Amino acid sequence: MVHQYKLNGYNIVLDVYSGSVHCVDDVAYDIIQLFCTEEKPAIVERIMEKYGDRDDVTKAEVEAVIEDVEALKAAGKLFTEDVFAPKATELKERHTEIKALCLHVAHTCNLNCSYCFASQGHFNGTDGLMSLETGKRAIDFLIENSEGRHNLEVDFFGGEPLMNWEVVKDIVRYARSVEKAHDKNFRFTLTTNGVGIDDDVIDFANKEMHNVVLSLDGRKEVHDRLRRFTDGSGSYDVIVPKFKRLVESRGGKGYYMRGTYTHNNVDFTNDIFHMADLGFTELSMEPVVCSPDDPFALTEEDLPKLFEQYEILAREMIKRKKEGRGFTFYHYMIDLTHGSCIYKRISGCGSGTEYFAVTPWGDLYPCHQFVGDENYRMGDIWQGVTNEEKRREFKLCNVYAREECRDCWARLYCSGGCAANAYHATGDIRGVYEYGCELFKKRMECAIMIQVAESMEKAEEETREETDVLTEGR
Amino acid sequence: MKRITTIETRDLKKSMEKGCGECQTSCVANQECENK
Repeated sequence: MVHQYKLNGYNIVLDVYSGSVHCVDDVAYDIIQLFCTEEKPAIVERIMEKYGDRDDVTKAEVEAVIEDVEALKAAGKLFTEDVFAPKATELKERHTEIKALCLHVAHTCNLNCSYCFASQGHFNGTDGLMSLETGKRAIDFLIENSEGRHNLEVDFFGGEPLMNWEVVKDIVRYARSVEKAHDKNFRFTLTTNGVGIDDDVIDFANKEMHNVVLSLDGRKEVHDRLRRFTDGSGSYDVIVPKFKRLVESRGGKGYYMRGTYTHNNVDFTNDIFHMADLGFTELSMEPVVCSPDDPFALTEEDLPKLFEQYEILAREMIKRKKEGRGFTFYHYMIDLTHGSCIYKRISGCGSGTEYFAVTPWGDLYPCHQFVGDENYRMGDIWQGVTNEEKRREFKLCNVYAREECRDCWARLYCSGGCAANAYHATGDIRGVYEYGCELFKKRMECAIMIQVAESMEKAEEETREETDVLTEGR
Repeated sequence: MKRITTIETRDLKKSMEKGCGECQTSCVANQECENK
């Protein structure tokens, strides 16, 4: 399967099953488009009809390009067949270890954000804080169920985890005290709204947190519209100085700003640029996922505007990088040379199989977005995973399980998408949240374009340098 | 003139041979493989 698109002056051809990416000119672009449906003489005829008045397009040249395309096909870099389907079946039967837990250390929050998927922190249940005893047991549970895995992850999540900060620190200390004996390496992450950040949080986070995720929606008026304290006042002025201090003290690394955009700010790139202008360089901005009845829900009419925004963002990122003031965007950080292996691409995020969320009371759920839904309670940290039926359901939930994804070019990038989004949109974890798919595909096109732009720029630079050397040598 | 430029990418077919699971969990496309 091949996906072709034009963006920012580049003609891009993606070969889905090899992962190959090609940047081509107009002639090659059209030839590749005709390659599977037309015979060689017909392709030559049609290309000559369209481009024959150009000096650089001769019949011999067109035939040479067709040969290049044939060579790429023979080399397994174009029109590659899907050989991974049997692997998907194999993955279903595979034994999986647990390698990550999301600890809901606080089912309570000091903000009252309108769009919160966690119902203002208590997940449609009662408020509660995780005890140290439960936290330590969660660490033991992870060690016991991770078998040979060396790298283990623990995310401190909520609600607002800083509302149970002393327990967070004690859980980390406990994990550190036992990791070497079990040949494990814990990586901790903290997701916070920032209200509770102080010197102690900064010092400890810099020492122990591999990553901190900081919630900021961008411009003050956008942020304060939905992220408010319980008295209705906005939180922007309280948290931005704290975020700046934390990020500066971390040397500008090991963090990212995590914003949410809604129908209220479909011009969300302005919020990203605002964060960049504040000095934050590791950025993400996610579409709100909520009931279509919510006043801030994204609409079908918003989609073309959102597509345009992602393109504006990609172009601006290329520009700012050249100017020496670049920033990263979560969804554009693809690594074409060292990205995920095929197993990861097929199986996705691992929710319900190798990643679980733990409530303050020790109950297990497939991920943080299922917490509070009794249908998806998987067991607890004392008894382990007892709901084997649900576990199997998640094991089967990969990109090959969705008929709708069969002909989608992005299937090995999205891995079938987010199970929670699918469940909340369609009632089935193997459903397809189409709105999310459309946004994902646009983001991937932009992300690949940025990689192509950088690669082409580098190649041109090398050619220029070679020319300079040759000129100097004369 | 060069009409097709192939960008260097990881060979997905080869990655079928060499699934270690030591990568970070993800919430996939932009993930780096630690063991390469």
